[in-house]
Amino acid sequence: MVEILLDATVRAGTPILFATLGAIVNERAGIINLGIEGLMLIGALAGFAGTFASGSLLVGVLAAFVAAFLAGCIHAFVTVQLRGNQIVSGLALTMFGIGITALFGRGMVGQTIAGFERIAIPGLSALPVIGKPFFNQDLLIYTSFALVAALSFFFYRTRTGLALRTVGENPGAADTCGVSVNRYRFLAVAVGSGIVGVGGAYLSLASTPMWIENMSAGRGWIAVALVIFASWSSPRALAGAYLFGGITAMQLRFQAMGTTVSAHILQMLPYFFTILVLVISTLRLQKGASQQPEGLGQPYDREDRK
Amino acid sequence: MADLLQIDQIRKTFPGVVALESVSLSIAPGEIHTLLGENGAGKSTLMNVLTGLYRPDRGEIRFAGMPVTLSSPRDSLALGIGMVHQHFMLVPAHSVFENILLALDGVPNFFSRKAYKQKIQAMLDQFGLELDLEAPVWKLSIGAQQWIELIKLLMRDCRLLILDEPTAVLTPQESARLFAVLAKLKAQGKSIIFISHKMREVMEISDRVTILKKGRSLVTLERGEYDENRLASLMIGEDQIPEWEKRPCGSDELVLEIKNLAVRNDRGLSDLENFSLQLHRGEILGIAGVAGNGQKALAEVLTGLKEASKGQILAGSEDITHSGARSSYIAGIAHIPEDRKSIGIAPDLSVDDNLIMKSFKSKEFRRWIFQDRGAIRRNASEKIAQFAIKAGPSGNPVRYLSGGNIQKVIIARELSEKPTVLVALYPTRGLDIGSAEYVHKVMVDGAEEGMSTILISEDLDELLKLSDRVAVMFRGRLVGFVDPRQTSREAIGLMMSGEAQA
Amino acid sequence: MRVVAVKRELSTPLFRFTAPILSILVALFVAGFLLLAAGVNPLQAYMEILQESLGSSYGLSETLVKTTPLILAGLGVSVAFRMQIWNIGAEGQIYMGACGATWVALFSGIENPTLLISAMFCAAFLAGGLWAGVAGLLRARWQVNEVIVTLLMNYIAILWVNYLIYGPWKDPQGFNFPLTAQFSDAARLTQFFDTRLHSGFFLALVCALLLYLFMERTVWGYEIKVIGSNLKAAKYAGMRTGVAIFVVLFLSGAIAGIAGFSEVAGLQGRLQHGISPGYGYTAIIIAWLAKRSALGVVIVSFLMGVLLVGGDSLQLSWQLPIAFVSAFQGLILFFLLASDFFIHNRLRWVREERHG
Repeated sequence: MVEILLDATVRAGTPILFATLGAIVNERAGIINLGIEGLMLIGALAGFAGTFASGSLLVGVLAAFVAAFLAGCIHAFVTVQLRGNQIVSGLALTMFGIGITALFGRGMVGQTIAGFERIAIPGLSALPVIGKPFFNQDLLIYTSFALVAALSFFFYRTRTGLALRTVGENPGAADTCGVSVNRYRFLAVAVGSGIVGVGGAYLSLASTPMWIENMSAGRGWIAVALVIFASWSSPRALAGAYLFGGITAMQLRFQAMGTTVSAHILQMLPYFFTILVLVISTLRLQKGASQQPEGLGQPYDREDRK
Repeated sequence: MADLLQIDQIRKTFPGVVALESVSLSIAPGEIHTLLGENGAGKSTLMNVLTGLYRPDRGEIRFAGMPVTLSSPRDSLALGIGMVHQHFMLVPAHSVFENILLALDGVPNFFSRKAYKQKIQAMLDQFGLELDLEAPVWKLSIGAQQWIELIKLLMRDCRLLILDEPTAVLTPQESARLFAVLAKLKAQGKSIIFISHKMREVMEISDRVTILKKGRSLVTLERGEYDENRLASLMIGEDQIPEWEKRPCGSDELVLEIKNLAVRNDRGLSDLENFSLQLHRGEILGIAGVAGNGQKALAEVLTGLKEASKGQILAGSEDITHSGARSSYIAGIAHIPEDRKSIGIAPDLSVDDNLIMKSFKSKEFRRWIFQDRGAIRRNASEKIAQFAIKAGPSGNPVRYLSGGNIQKVIIARELSEKPTVLVALYPTRGLDIGSAEYVHKVMVDGAEEGMSTILISEDLDELLKLSDRVAVMFRGRLVGFVDPRQTSREAIGLMMSGEAQA
Repeated sequence: MRVVAVKRELSTPLFRFTAPILSILVALFVAGFLLLAAGVNPLQAYMEILQESLGSSYGLSETLVKTTPLILAGLGVSVAFRMQIWNIGAEGQIYMGACGATWVALFSGIENPTLLISAMFCAAFLAGGLWAGVAGLLRARWQVNEVIVTLLMNYIAILWVNYLIYGPWKDPQGFNFPLTAQFSDAARLTQFFDTRLHSGFFLALVCALLLYLFMERTVWGYEIKVIGSNLKAAKYAGMRTGVAIFVVLFLSGAIAGIAGFSEVAGLQGRLQHGISPGYGYTAIIIAWLAKRSALGVVIVSFLMGVLLVGGDSLQLSWQLPIAFVSAFQGLILFFLLASDFFIHNRLRWVREERHG
């Protein structure tokens, strides 16, 4: 029973995990990206369409990454090169994503593909309780584990990662060290957006292998909140995403068990939970726990008169 | 010997402002070249051009004889030009190691932590610096942070080092130490551009001095061709430095009393500890200390922006320790903040609107729930005339005004209610001499009319000139009181660095 | 050769005014390509939009019907924007306002029409206000990001209304459809000229006027402007910023709540699915486009009304999903942000000579 719940937790949490990780890459460079919801949808549609057209899941995932990457480039250009308001640009990206996927997704509604299959890791998948949920999953989930570790390593053990973090904290400091602030920020937004897109692809290629208009249903926004919960660190993002996945899994369980509580009320749980998490995380932030990147949300203009 | 750097007729403008009209100068190898000029003359702007942050509108720069284009800091760094900025380019949340590492040249993407730590530690040892490489920068004192900035340059083996007002945050003793390091670098053949407006230091260490005034390079003088007076008159030109005497204050009446105050900051460290003070009517009490030793916390707690964790503040007989900013004001305390642009004004609003920021609820400016725009405009005209504010067209956002005029708007607003106490935090920082003198006059005139001032400043000359008494702060504590007419700068300097008690 | 951005001396007021219009036109142009790619003739589509929304008196009335909640929600969001607070929850506030008004209409037992309508109005005002007030409280007290809170509460509000119309408030005579019973005539706003246009439209205009007076002429409007310009300076000048944040968000949600009232009392006559097909999100664009002007909100709301009526029609004739309007709105915002840049900067070609 616990095993089944854990399994559902991991599967429900994975798209959020990708989205949160992608958002973290954005924000570590100092750019707020509220387009996560739109990017997930773009990734979901591109992934589905890619797989549908080519018959290959890998092509689908790549298509999702590229499509979201390109969409992210719009936000990147507007906020970095044009120094536009990041909140408005992000909202614009979400609206744009919702609309454009609805428009171009018409042809994909009702189509089916063969989604991701589980692949058991020999040995580990036989472990009690955690064996199936963590080691008998599909390739994208394994990729997500690897991504968490890779990002952590990237941020703290590479020079590029250090430069990126500095760009987000104090772009002036990075600039005077010879780091190209605009280039780092642009790439961070674009690549981060691509990662979010892969999260969207998980929805249409693994969770429910099909395309439905607006299928992310607000998960992008939950990812934005989880970035704060995760204190901008990738291992904590894992914890947050699975926490959220757990709530979703339990809510679905209750619905399946047939409680007297209305399905609508149950569906509210993940959102309430996210708000609660956000409040707690914000309070912890103020007590001096790992702070947000100091330069977050502020455009950088070298010629700004100090 | 050929010049290392030649700057030829550089011009730099910003929207509505000509920061540099035409500047030409040259730097020889192995010299300490001082750039002297008052605030607003263009020194920092010129240096930002040299380090690739600003792009000049006109002019040429030649390095080692070759014309160069510095389109980004990368270009300058490649030539071996490095700068310690007035506002540090450090990441407070990162460790000392991380801050220095990013500044180094040729660090591979997958770097060896151990190897680089050793390298940096070696450099620190060479200069006798005791810094924990893993400590986050926010924990360090400002003086230590400046050393980190310097280390960044030294590890890159820069040929030309630029130091922008480095002694602003140092005690006289620490300044001496810095000068020794500079001499050593000079002996190694490096060139140093030293920016300062402190005559004393300029006389001490410069080989050559270039005077900058209102965006122009006036003249370059060799050591021996000048003395303090000549430099001062060149710097200020025909503008007279007004001569006036500060009349000593005679009142014994206590206007403000602070008892054993303690304040903590966001990180839980104590900013102010066991602080006690008495302020008399009509007195100008100067508070000396290197920036970052609790002055800001003192000002904030006096004006209700921060809460004290222990202790008491009494205004007359009223205990104002725990009231919000409003009640403090009603108790008559006005505040000139440190960071005028970030907390002193509403940048997008007009001068008119800014002038009534504290008094907008009074019957004078409103009728029932509606504002009386006519009265507001009349008030503004009055204050603009009274304080000689260059406000530009009416309705202009106040952020377009120069630093000096913004300060005047803030002063006009704060003094309009005839406060009993004025808390001024670095009020003349970044102001040209004319505006600075104006601020001083306001304080002195106010003192004659019974207003008491707490003047917090890092400019010892200013404090010694204006104050009736000077208190010295170090690490959030009161180290002692001194009589400005009888104490030497060195003695105060020792107290500022915690090495002596009064 | 490189392109460099150089700050302009003073932004020309003419460009400032024409920029929003230009952005819309450019967005139309780019959206045209998207339509083409989706197999729709853009010129025909645009003609149809104008035809349907402005080409007949009935069309115009439908446009005004859509404009009404947009003005109200737009005003609500723009009040918050003035203080640099991002109320992304107008959608949920509209739903909650509608919910409040519905409760009064169906369950309060009041029969006098004037009393009933007033009570419904007040209930909607309070419901929307309190809903936003939650975010306001969290932001004022603990600096919790209001963007995320208001947005998540949208989803909760919609689910709540769904719960009500599928459950306890479902019309027993409704053939099991998810909707409440119809309101009595006493609970309805007057409708005009045999169209669906109702007095809510005039209510919206009155609100715009009131809000203009409030922001530009009153002491509170001044306070909001100062806090919006610099929170720290306002705090230090003695303004109670925490209270202001809560009040402004409350007000913002309350005005959006009125939009909910207007929809159920004026248009629908009951609470059902799709009370707001994204008006709350459109309101964000309206508020941003209109910048600081209540008149601007009215004008832009009208333009958006045109778009929505047109969009409805395109949905029928071309099977274009109504969500496509979102894409168009996103494009408008992008180009608006780009035009903001060009208002303050111009481009210069710079010749680079690299030596040494």
